[in-house]
Amino acid sequence: MTNSIPEFEENTNCFFVIGSNTSEGHPLIATRMLKAQKRGAKIIVVDPRKNQIGHWADIFYTFRPGTDVALFNGLMNVIISEGLEDKAFIAERTEDFEALKTLVAEYTPEKVAEISGVPADGIREIARTYAKAKPAAILYAMGITQHTTGVDNVKSTSNLAMLCGNMGIPGGGVNPLRGQNNVQGACDMGGLPNVYPGYQAVTIPDVQKKFQDAWGSAGPLTVGLTVTEMLHAAQEGKVRALYVMGENPMVSDPDLNHVRHCLEETEFLVVQDIFMTETAEMAHVVLPGVTFAEKDGTFSNTERRVQRVRKAIEPIGDSKPDWVIICELAKKMGATGFDFASPSDIMTEINALTPSYGGITYARLEELGSLQWPCPTVEHAGTPYLHKGKFARGLGKFFPLEFKEPAELPDEEYPFTLTTGRLMFHFHTGSMTRRSEKLDSEVPTAYVEINVRDAEKLGLNGDKRVRVTSRRGEIELDARVTDDIKRGVIFIPFHFAEAAANKLTNSAIDPVAKIPEYKVCAVKVEIVK
Amino acid sequence: MIEYKSVLTTCPYCGTGCTLHLQVLDGTLVGTLPAKEHPISQGGLCIKGWNVHAFVNHKDRLRTPMIRKNGKLEEATWEEALGLVAEKLGEFKAKSGPDSIALLTSAKCTNEENYLLQKFGRAVIGTNNVDHCARL
Repeated sequence: MTNSIPEFEENTNCFFVIGSNTSEGHPLIATRMLKAQKRGAKIIVVDPRKNQIGHWADIFYTFRPGTDVALFNGLMNVIISEGLEDKAFIAERTEDFEALKTLVAEYTPEKVAEISGVPADGIREIARTYAKAKPAAILYAMGITQHTTGVDNVKSTSNLAMLCGNMGIPGGGVNPLRGQNNVQGACDMGGLPNVYPGYQAVTIPDVQKKFQDAWGSAGPLTVGLTVTEMLHAAQEGKVRALYVMGENPMVSDPDLNHVRHCLEETEFLVVQDIFMTETAEMAHVVLPGVTFAEKDGTFSNTERRVQRVRKAIEPIGDSKPDWVIICELAKKMGATGFDFASPSDIMTEINALTPSYGGITYARLEELGSLQWPCPTVEHAGTPYLHKGKFARGLGKFFPLEFKEPAELPDEEYPFTLTTGRLMFHFHTGSMTRRSEKLDSEVPTAYVEINVRDAEKLGLNGDKRVRVTSRRGEIELDARVTDDIKRGVIFIPFHFAEAAANKLTNSAIDPVAKIPEYKVCAVKVEIVK
Repeated sequence: MIEYKSVLTTCPYCGTGCTLHLQVLDGTLVGTLPAKEHPISQGGLCIKGWNVHAFVNHKDRLRTPMIRKNGKLEEATWEEALGLVAEKLGEFKAKSGPDSIALLTSAKCTNEENYLLQKFGRAVIGTNNVDHCARL
């Protein structure tokens, strides 16, 4: 997030929520938005389903999955043609505005209505509400990113925010709501194939040298493989060993039949986890790690806030904290530089090598509760919102972007568009929440949401068992008939291994971010006799 | 004499980062309470947060290392399991090069653990084949 959650309640006058079911995915963020709504802030939601936050929105429209770029261009078309853009901000802080203006001129509300399914007057209503309500915040989640045009979608959000001068101010910004407790931290710490901790690129020789000097040895100057690419490489025999810590690709990755095949081809699979997950069942060696309650450490939340994790109980059975396991393995392989007495010791090394975490020490976290990066020194108070006065790159760049269709569109054989997502009661692949009695009893298994008129056409009288099939696989599950989802679109939560939505999803990826297109694929629906 | 304590920590579910108090009775988690002073949650929690202690003591928790023998996962000691992993990774690195090994760090684990696993991948194995489920 460029901005901070407390600002939502205090400063934000308009929330534009797209591709996020905030009240289910991030309930305590939604709480702050609803408090802001009480003092008059507007909530705009656009989503293929009338999700829970959609029911509380001041303005809500459904739209066709994967048409985000067209929708943003349409909004900017209205803002520019009605003179609602922030001219001073554009002149002082941005570049390439003319190119953007020329491109979005083509995207009239009428044309975008045809592409997206949002009526032309609805596009005008959203555009005017957002543009006139400074500071306005854009909030999104995987509904924006999990597309073959994911990078274009994200750039579109920043185009709109800059157009209205909503960057570098409290209560504004572009705010990706991250799904996992420490997905931000895993990225910050270099759990990515192209960067060391602090987003220092592996391709820069000076960076490589810095880490060679610190560690004695470092990675090559070439970018490594992403998770989707690793699995393909395993199938081809190029990757022979895969070490998985606390992840469950056998439920979370797209096109699961293919994932199973790839993991079967992996010569040596090590899984370090707390439960016998679907992935661990396939492993050659399973190492028992511990939960958050049995270890010390830190997590970094979606607004870059670093906070302490504190050990409450001893490890269960013979399990060990994950940091201890890694240190013991490294030492077994003869490595030096893994003699840490505690996570606090590890943080000291992180402080020295990661500029944005330079001042985030355990002593300060004990005193202050949390610190938001960038926090380069122990004197620095942390950074609640980014891009104040100046963007990291200098001027903010507008990207003129043409709309591109998703990789797989519905056709005669597969007439529905499947979109996947999360529920309030469950988390990711369900390995924790489905073992929590109360959460499990709320939603014990998978279901598919289908529009009431589509259901009538299929002869689904009331909720029934259906089979959903894509080009990659099929699953059987109960149907839930609703008028809260757009016609032609069905929704399946992906938490449930027994009817895994990801058996159906398409592994087509964004060419830059390599993110799979979970949010759009073509399927058919049949009643199970 | 019973021993009770409450430990302030951070929720392991979504990216919001609410803090909460784990209630510990005689070394076992028995409940969760919200944290009033927290800048985000302000004394609130969602239903997942209120139930955060529930999976920790579940009977399905992995309690010992396991090694696959004759197609079946069998219990092993740490010495055996880590010895086998070290031997195999060393062997693949030597025979097929560092890039024949790939590692997934974790959006569930701590910063310190993510830092260590990518350091292990880059400094000990010598590969940038390091990723996690950020995109998934």
